[in-house]
Formats: sequence, structure tokens, C-alpha cells
Amino acid sequence: MVAQWCQWLSSTPLSTSIRQSDWWFSIIESVHVLGVTLMVGTIAIVDLRLLGWLLKREPVSSVTRAILPWTWCGLVVMALSGALLFVSEAADAYRNTAFRIKSVLLVAAGLNALLFHRTILRSVSAWDRSPFTPVPARRAAALSLVLWSAIVVCGRAIAYFH
Amino acid sequence: MSLLPVFRWLGATALGVAINRSTYGFAIIEMVHLLGLSLLGGSVLIIDLCALGWIRLRQPAARIASDLTPLLLGSLAALVVSGILLVADGPLRYYANAAFRAKMLLLGVAVAFYFTLHRRALAGAPTARKAAAILALTLWFAVALAGRAIGLL
Repeated sequence: MVAQWCQWLSSTPLSTSIRQSDWWFSIIESVHVLGVTLMVGTIAIVDLRLLGWLLKREPVSSVTRAILPWTWCGLVVMALSGALLFVSEAADAYRNTAFRIKSVLLVAAGLNALLFHRTILRSVSAWDRSPFTPVPARRAAALSLVLWSAIVVCGRAIAYFH
Repeated sequence: MSLLPVFRWLGATALGVAINRSTYGFAIIEMVHLLGLSLLGGSVLIIDLCALGWIRLRQPAARIASDLTPLLLGSLAALVVSGILLVADGPLRYYANAAFRAKMLLLGVAVAFYFTLHRRALAGAPTARKAAAILALTLWFAVALAGRAIGLL
């Protein structure tokens, strides 16, 4: 089912035109890396604050409020450019081990963030100014750092699995 | 004086030869380089967007900058070390590459600016602070762009 859909996606005019152009893939890929830098870079700063490694004088809620809108910008850039990269080589990506692992890790990172915002961050007013955040918050931050690093590594590895 | 002998030497070192012979060496170092890039990009963005007033934290941009300096220097060190190892894989591929030369020049300017004039401007008047932030973001963006272009030339 999914394999056939990927096959069909690869035969669309959008897919073939990106694949056949000399520049489009490289340009979209560069935009993707910039989106990744924006998103992963800002997430890492928030995670490191939650771990109490930096911005300790800044309340957690002020860090998340100020920085997370930029993370969302990065996500939009990353998702749009990522979707185009995927369309251009959908059939190959489907069979690519690194791509499969990356997809699973992306879902895991999304769930980790969702869970963090729905549960731990709800009680932020109790520990907002403390440089020492609760253990669940640190656990979520550490997991987020590990997951996003692995996503970047798998993303780069996709090109080596062809 | 040409730097060509330095590049030749780097490629001939045991490390250079080992990376060149290994199947995954280059790929793994490239991944470290990308992770460093995300961290450096993140710190630079937070500092300069604070300076521009587009990110509003409690403390002034100069304080945020000094708070993020360890991360900035750490990721820069990771980038420089992994970058040297990437070059060691095949120094002559890079020596003559126009994008590589442009990147090294821009990197030198960006680093020098970031730790001198930029640092001072962050603590200064709003106009100087914002101008320094825009210049810094432009310089780092140009470094990244030139870096991406190395593989395309």
C-alpha cells in the first residue's frame, strides 16, 4: 500500500522535475538544513535550560515563551522542504533504512514534546525560577536531545544508504 | 606563502590516511559537523534575535550572550575539529575549491567580529546593537552558504 503510494508519488511531475533538475534538490536540501538548524538549535537551548546548564537566571516559562515560536518556524521550513525532498525520491526513501529509522524517531520526538507540554510544563509555575528543574522535566529534555541528535544523524545517513 | 604544503601534510598524516581509507569515517565526522552546526546556529540565533528584540527574554542581550558563550565556543570547537578532519580526508579537493576558500575567509571574519566589535556593540546603544546583530547573522549565514557550496563545486 505505502510502497505503491510512494511509487506513484515518484512518478508525479513535481517529483520528476526536482529529480531531473541540476539545482533544485541541492537548493531544497540547503533550505532543509537551515530549517533543521533553526528547529534543532532552538530546541537544544530550551532542553539545556531544562537541564539547568544555561540561562539559569531566566525563568523556564520566559525561555519557552520567547524561543518556541522560532522552533515552530523551523518546523514549518523543515517539514515543507522535507516533504519536497521526500516527493522527489519517495520510492527510494521508502526502501531506505535510515529514512525509516528517522521517521520513527520523528514520531517519538513529537510524542515526547507533546507529553512534556501536556503534563510536566503544566506545573511550571511551581519551579519556574529554579535552576534545578524536576526530574521528569530533565528526563524529557535529555530524551529530546538524544532523539533530535539521532534524527540529524539518520537524516544525513539517508544519502549513504542509496 | 602558499598553504599547499600544510594541506599535503594534513592528508599524509596517519589520521588523514585512516579517514580516507575508512568506509564510514567521513560520514561520521560529517554528522558531528552537522550537530555542531545546529548548536552554533541555535546559540547565534538566540543571541542575535535577542539583540534585535525579536526574542524577548528577561535579561539584556549582552547577558544572554555571555550565558551562551560556553555553548557557542563548545560547538565552534566541535565544528573546527570535525572540519579539519573532513579536510584531512582529501585536502587537495578543498585547497583549490573557491567555496572552501570563501568559507575560511568568511569564518575568520565572523569569528573575529563576533568576539570583539559584536560583543561590545551588544552592551551599547540600540542602533549599534541591532546593526551588529544583522551583520553577525549575515556573516554566519554566508559561512553556512559557502560551506554548502563546497560540495557543489
